[in-house]
Parts: sequence; C-alpha cells; structure tokens
Amino acid sequence: MKPAPFDYVQVTSVAEALDALAADPDQSKLLAGGQSLVPMMNFRLARPAVLIDINRADELNGVARDGGRLRIGATTRHLQLQNLGGDDALSSLLRRAAVHIGHLPIRTVGTFGGSLAHCDAASEWCLVARLLDAEISTASRERGVRTIAAENFFQSLFTTAMLPDEMLTAVALPLLDDQHHAGFVEFARRAGDFAIVSAAVLVRTVDGVIRTARVCLGGVSSVPFRSSAAEAVLLGQPWSEDGCAARVSAAAADAAATEVAPTGDMHGSEDFRRDLVRALVPRALAQAADSTRNRMRSR
Amino acid sequence: MACAQTTPTVESTKSQASQAWVGRTIPRVEDPPLLCGQGTFVADIAAGDNCLYAAFIRSSVASGRLVSVTAPPGVHLVVAADLTAKPIRPLLLRPEYVPIDMPILADEVVRFVGEPVAAVFGRTQAEAEDAAEQVQVEIDRLPAVVSVADALADGAPLVHPVHFPTDPNVAIDARRETDGFHAAMKAADRRISIQVSCGRQSAMPMEARASHVSIDRSTGRITLTTTAQMPHVIRTGLCDSLGIPEDQLRVVVPDVGGAFGAKQPLAREDVVLIHVARQLGRSVAWIETREENFLAAWHSREQVYQLTGGFSTDGTLLCLQSEITSDVGAYSCYPVTFGVEALMAMNELPGPYACPEYSGHSRAILTNKCPVAPYRGVARPVLTMAMERLMEVAAAELGLGRVEIRLKNVVKEYPHRQATGFVIDPSSHVEALEQAVAATDFDAHARRKEEAAKHGRLLGIGMSVFSESSGFGTSAFAERKMAITPGYEKVQMSFDPSGNVVLRIGASPHGQGLRTTLSQIVADELGVDPSRVRVIHSDTDATPYGWGTFASRSLVIAGGASKLAGAKLREQIKAIAASMLECDARDIRLRDGNAEVTGTSVRVSIDEIARLAHHNSQLLPEGLDVGLDATATYDPKGTFSNSVHVAEVEVDPATGQTTILRYLVIEDAGVMVNPQIVEGQIRGGVAQGIGNALYEELLYDERGVLTTTSLLDFLPPTMAEVPTIEIQHLETISDFTVTGAKGVGEGGTMGAPAAILNAINDALASTGGAVTHVPATPQRVREAIRQAQRGKEESA
Repeated sequence: MKPAPFDYVQVTSVAEALDALAADPDQSKLLAGGQSLVPMMNFRLARPAVLIDINRADELNGVARDGGRLRIGATTRHLQLQNLGGDDALSSLLRRAAVHIGHLPIRTVGTFGGSLAHCDAASEWCLVARLLDAEISTASRERGVRTIAAENFFQSLFTTAMLPDEMLTAVALPLLDDQHHAGFVEFARRAGDFAIVSAAVLVRTVDGVIRTARVCLGGVSSVPFRSSAAEAVLLGQPWSEDGCAARVSAAAADAAATEVAPTGDMHGSEDFRRDLVRALVPRALAQAADSTRNRMRSR
Repeated sequence: MACAQTTPTVESTKSQASQAWVGRTIPRVEDPPLLCGQGTFVADIAAGDNCLYAAFIRSSVASGRLVSVTAPPGVHLVVAADLTAKPIRPLLLRPEYVPIDMPILADEVVRFVGEPVAAVFGRTQAEAEDAAEQVQVEIDRLPAVVSVADALADGAPLVHPVHFPTDPNVAIDARRETDGFHAAMKAADRRISIQVSCGRQSAMPMEARASHVSIDRSTGRITLTTTAQMPHVIRTGLCDSLGIPEDQLRVVVPDVGGAFGAKQPLAREDVVLIHVARQLGRSVAWIETREENFLAAWHSREQVYQLTGGFSTDGTLLCLQSEITSDVGAYSCYPVTFGVEALMAMNELPGPYACPEYSGHSRAILTNKCPVAPYRGVARPVLTMAMERLMEVAAAELGLGRVEIRLKNVVKEYPHRQATGFVIDPSSHVEALEQAVAATDFDAHARRKEEAAKHGRLLGIGMSVFSESSGFGTSAFAERKMAITPGYEKVQMSFDPSGNVVLRIGASPHGQGLRTTLSQIVADELGVDPSRVRVIHSDTDATPYGWGTFASRSLVIAGGASKLAGAKLREQIKAIAASMLECDARDIRLRDGNAEVTGTSVRVSIDEIARLAHHNSQLLPEGLDVGLDATATYDPKGTFSNSVHVAEVEVDPATGQTTILRYLVIEDAGVMVNPQIVEGQIRGGVAQGIGNALYEELLYDERGVLTTTSLLDFLPPTMAEVPTIEIQHLETISDFTVTGAKGVGEGGTMGAPAAILNAINDALASTGGAVTHVPATPQRVREAIRQAQRGKEESA
C-alpha cells in the first residue's frame, strides 16, 4: 500500500505545468486533488515516474461567468461547487450533484477537472458534463489549446480524448434560464459510495410543454449514457408545476431501462441496474420540478 | 455493630462493600490517550525503531502446485525451504475432527488466494513492496474447490490429501440427537422448515494485523509486540512451531485497533518474522495492508442452516432438527480450530427456547478459500437468524402472533438445562419480550404499515430473541474437547508502598474498557478510589498465565478473580489496621481510602497501612507476610445474558434499499459494572450486525479469486447507516458469577441480522417476496420482489 518510487514537481502556472508535462508525457501524471490518483498509486495500479502537482497554479482554480457560460477551472474543488451561490437551475444542479461525491473531506480536496480527466463510469461530474454538453478546454506545449465537446471527450472507462501531453484547464457549462428544469439523483449502497446508477435530467419547457429533453445515465455503460429513447418519450409532453405526469415519467424510465445495455458486476447485476434506471429516472424528473418550484417560491 | 468473622466469600463481600463504584458510569481510563492521538500501536513502535519491514508474497491462485519462487540478487527472499519451523496443527480431541497442518509458508502446494508463499524485506514498507514486485512466483494451477457444492461433488479435488472419515473435504461431521427426538417429530402436529444463509464476512478491524520482533542483545530473548487477543496462548503456539522454550519469547500487546476474534488465531506470518529477526539479529516488523487483511486475515460466517421445527397446533416447539454447513476455507486456526463455528452452531441451538428434543448435524467443509476464525458472535448471529426466521414462519403458518409464539416457547424457569446440555442461568426472557413490545408498540405496527402502504411505502418490523453465552470456564471448553482448554483467569493483586493497587491479569483487553471496569470492582472491595488501581495486562513477562480476551469472558472471569483477590487483600488490610488501632479486625471497615472502626471516627489510611506493610514489617501482626498481595483464580461454568432486539425498517420497493427507522435493544447483562461500557459494547456490536445484515460480504469468483479486496467493495456501515440505537436494561442477578455480571461483548452482532431480516421480510410480505440470505443487499431484495412478481404472473 505504498507507491512505487516517483519524482515530484510542483508548478505554479499552466505554462510551467505544460513544460513539465512535455518533458516526459507518457511517464508523467498531473496531481490535482489526488483523491483517485493517490489511492491508485498506493495500490501500484498507477505508477507515474513524475508527479506534477498543479495545486499551486492559482489560475486553474475558480468559477466565473463568461458570457452565457459558467467557466469552471480545472482545480476547482467539489466543495466550491457544493457551496456555489445562485438560485438558477445550473447552480442548483451543481450543488445537488456535488453532495453525492464521496465524503466531506474528499470534497474539500477533490477537483472538478480531475474528475472529468479521470473519467470514472460512476463520476457525477462526467454525467453533468454530458448532460449539459460541456465544452472542455485542454492545453499542451505541442498542440496548443483545444476545446472538446463532452460527447467526444469521454471515450471509455478511464479514457478521454486527451493525449498524454495535454492537461485539462477549464470547463464551460451553459447557463440555464428559467425555462430549464434539472434534476440529479443517484443510488449508492452507503452515503458517499460510488453510485451504482445515477440519473441526470434536463428539460426545457415553453408554455407548459417539454421542448427539449436530456436524460443521461451513469453506471450503465463505461461512459455517461444519453438515453434518446427516454428523451423521445418526454418531448412534447405537458409539464406542470409538479413536472410531468407519473405515467409519462414511468414511460420514460421504461424506455431508458430498455435502451441501456449495462454490464453486471459485483456491485450490481445487469437486471439490478435496469431496475435502478427505472427507479431513478422518475425521481430525477420529480426533483427537477421540485427544484424549480422551490426556486420560484423563494423568489 | 460487629461484623461476622469473615473468610472472603461472596456474601460477605456484598454486605461489606457499599457498591459505590460498581454500577456507575465513570469515564474510561483508556480513552484520553486514544482520543488525543497518544495511543501506542505496533506500527508506532516499528516507526520508532530502525527495523526492517517485511512484505509477504501471496498466492494469486486458489489451488496449485508451487513450482518456483525466485528473486534477483539483492532481494532478501525467505521461502518455506529456508524455515525450520514446524507447521501449525490446531487440535480438537474429537473422533470426527480431521487435523490439518498449516505450513508457515506454502510449501509445494498453495491452497487459497492470499496464502503466503514467501517474504521479502526492506528498510521501509515501500522498499519491501518494491522488493516484493521483483519476486517471480510460478504456480501450476490445479482445479479449485470454491464452494461447498464443489467440495462435496463426486470426484471433487481434495483441499488436503488426508483421510476424511465421512465425505471428502468434510473436516468435521458432527451429530447429536436426544433419545426422544424421532418420536417427538413424528408426533408433532406441524413440521415447519426454513433455510437461511449468511455470506462470508471479515471482522475487519480498523487496524489490520501488525507485529514487531526485537531481539535482546544480551540474552537473545525475543520480544514479539503484536496485535493479539491471546498473548500467552500464541506464545505457546509460536514456541511449539519454532522449537524454543517459552521462556525465550515475550509477547506484548500494545494498543490494538479492534480485533473482534480475527486477531485471536496464531498468525503464521509471525513465525517468519521471528525466524528472520533471530537470523539477522535485528528487529523486523510487518504492518499488514488492508488488502492482505481481506485476503488472508481470517474470514467467518459462511454458513447455511436448514431447520425443521415440530410444533403442536398451539405453537409449542416440541422438537428441532438442524442441518448446518460451514464453509471453513483451507486451514484450521490455532488454537480454537475450524470447529469453532460448526460446533457452536450445532450446540447452541435452539437458543433461548425450551425445546426438549433435538437432532443436530453440522459439517465443516474445506474449500480453497481463506480459513475462517471466530468473529464476534461466532455462529450465533446466523443460528439466531435461523431460529428467529423459524419463529416468524411458524407464527404465520400456525396463525399465531409473532410475539405470542415466542412468549410461548422462551425458557421461563431457571436454571434450565437445554437438550444440548447448556444450562441457562436466571434470565429474563419473558420480561425482555414484554418490555420490547411495549417500548415499540409492536402490535400497533400493523396500522403504521397499512397507512404507509397507501403511499406506496413498505414498512416492516422484526425482532430477535436470544441468549448470549458468556464467561465460560474450563469445564465448558473441556466439553468442546479442545486440546488446549481455556477457561480460568488468574489475577495477582498487590499494593505498592504508596497505597496504589497493581492488578496483573491474564486477560488481554483491546478496547473493552477492562482497565476501567476492573478498577471499579477492586475499588469496591478495597475501599479505594478506582484511580488508585492500575491494571497490567497483555505482557507475558508481567502477567499471570491466562487466556486473553475473547468470547465475552473477561469481565466475568477476570472480574470475578479480581473480586476474589480483593476480598483476600481486604482481610490482610483489616488485620493490619486492627493491630494499628488496637481493635478487633471484625470491627474494621474499608471506606474512602481508610480503614475505620465501625461507628467511630477512629481510622488509619490505607496508604499508611501499605507503607507499614512494606517498610515496617516488624510491626505487622503475627502470621502476616510482608507486603500486601494476593492471588486468585476464577473459573466459572458460564452464564447467559439475554436480549431482545427490535428493528423497524422501510424498504424502497423500487431500489431494494433498506433504511432502519428505529432500533431498540432490551438487554439483561445482570449487574452492570459500568453502564456506559455495556452500552458501548451493544452499540458497536449492533453496528457490526447491521453490516452483516445489509452491507458486508466477501465474494470469490468462480476461480476462487477474492474480488472484494478493498473498502470500495466490502462495505461496513458508516455513521450514516447506523441509526440511533435505543437501549433499555433489565437486571437479573444470577448466582452463576461472583460479581453478578454477565458477558455482553457479542450480543449486538448476534441480534441484529435476525431482527433486520425479519423486519425486511415483514415489509416485503405484501409483495410475496422473502429474503433468506444476508447481507440482504438491495439487489437481493429486488430479486426477491421480481421473483415473487414472476410467480404471480405465472400463476395468473
């Protein structure tokens, strides 16, 4: 349970980080919060020769509005997002997702960018990024700056579109106006565990009718899964203060549960994961309605 | 008022002592250093010493022939051939017991994933792990026995090439039957059968195992500092294996981060450490990793129970038949053997119920998995679950209330001799049941359940009733036919010249608060403040021979011995005081640190008496030895505490998730020396029982590879999953122990799985589903609901 030997480099800027990374991209790893990387090193599942600590690169940390987007720096801690102010649908979605990430000590250290770069199938942030069509910015000495859409970013388990010499610098999420209703729920065995299945929904309604719908599921494939079948069920359906009709959310859940092709493992069989999809999609939709209602009331 | 002339007996003690300290919650003396980070654990000792660290290379194959173990030059590699130590051979003197040798390191054959095959060493743990990565192990894979079904199949490979008297791979095949069993079963109005099973579990102490070995330069004596529960006993096992006299080895146990039975057995790794430390003449440590702890530090519980009860139509249990299989893994544990679960399972049925006729059959079956050892509760969490499931099913089938059938069958007259020979001493089964029912409004739960059902919510309530065997002495263990027969405890008590009491005990507390509780008992005997009593334990050089701490025994047995020693010492103090105060010893009483003449203000402090006994022995009354010391041994037959647990749960029908809404324990521990410590034992035990009921399971794949090797996969409940545990006490004073105290170390784990499983099945009743395996994971609950739905659809 002790890591293999490695060299440690601390940088204070993106430029320094990219220089360090360029020296030996295949043998180097960036250290952000370390909440996944360090345990993997202790198990010797990861054995980078060089660890480049980017925690002192202040430009990577923070959340800012940037036109119609929210720009989240790579080393922004989960807890910063959990404590994000604002009564808009995006802020409340981020808060609701953040509370599920591990335990408080993990959330004080673990980072948003690290979570996306790690690309765990159970990651809350990967699901949110996919739900919102996040734009992910990367940088490298050789390739310069790239912006990658979430759809293309998450490729398979622990594998993203980033190349070894690239680092994730920031993520842009679209701001959500009051036509949007978002919900995030997940099922884990114990508080703070990795989700077995998670569900995130986003609907945009105009005059009480669902005009766009997004249903994204975690834990049913190696990367966040977008259920077009469930979305098709929701499109054009009425949306009231209580959300959509129970019949509609059940149909959307059924469609999603039929569409997914989960792989069973010791944490959940294929059948059980489908059961959870069926259970969680309606709860995510109900939460989306609840959260809008609470928002309107508090105004 | 003159006291009667006393010899130190229990009666005199009761009238003499004001019982000022026993019964009081005083803060645990153990806590301040632990809470302030000033505890000393094995790894702390290693860190302060320039020692080598060991890393063990373990088999990645469940069954195979070891072809070669090699390492590049520069790596200090130790393999079986380098050792001269004998294998470990735990013994039961029973005809059906098959003795199995456990080599120190796997030699020629590997028998489970995690079995140690070699050790390497480095100046740090990281260096040792670096060295371990350079070791090449070649193993020819052989077919593995991964389950009981595999083990019993025709032509199954043998886990050990020994003669099995009944079936292959069956290491224990035990039966017992009362003469009238068959007639009773034949005559019963109804025969009701159930099956329950429990997954494999880890005791999972927060601190994994750890050992540090140092060699005294001048004498060559060895000191093993380790996380053991039985320091004196493992010294015997280690010395037998190493072929050295016991005087050469000192075993010391510092602070321990939880043990729960998993640190009771002799660790084969310790033999390697001692061998290497002696060879190199330098200290060697091994700090077990969590992964190793899961792989190789003893498992428990994997059992299946089939019970058939013969009932009369009014619900009276007339007879019981049990068929029990325990998957015990690949080796036997020293000293208690792999009979521990199988035999306790058979012998402690039918728990708290009077049942005149019994037939039991219990088998311990070898598999290519990690060996099992005791874990808090040993067999009883599962046998309680089996018995309580039988009561639930019988109540439903006979149309009786769940409380009614239990009230009808619990033991009511004491002492009561069970069909298996156990004698249940005065207890409070009926009162505990009635109190539990009243406290939870048990009978009104049906209404709460109905109301919730209207909103699609599934509520359930369940209970468990049980007796907890504790404080068993030599006679009880002798019946188990253990070659090494534990039981008694001996204590040595003395005053130092300043008037402080030193109590040396053979028990080896590691979290139970025994230093606190024993000081309370002694304080009452000697009329001193508990802070004046220091308890010395867990060091074979400094304590009388004893059996350590396990099986809910230490407070009962070491506590009893402390009380007896205190009574002897009290008479010595009184004799000296009488001589100093020129009165009759019968008129002296000890109180608040003084020996005083009853009814007067004439007194002398115990401090002065202690000083006189050491420094002015010429003034001692004739016939008294110098100093103030006494030795006492206590060896009781055993006593049963008793409990009722009630769990109220909500089951989410969509996800299968169970939430515990309320948890109540009615506990009768007899005299509680320190109520807070009793409640701590119960709460900790219930938390582990909740783990057993809902969360924790060790899983092997079809090749015999353990897949749950980290805390991502093996899920003990956290604070978020453990509800408030309400506790109410009853106090039945049993004369089976000298202090009136009964053991309560394991009851929490014993009652929780049964109560929770019954509550879940009560919640699931409307779905038609039932769960009979723990942990009752959400997936299993969903499967039960889905299966019931399919059944309904098919029959529709």
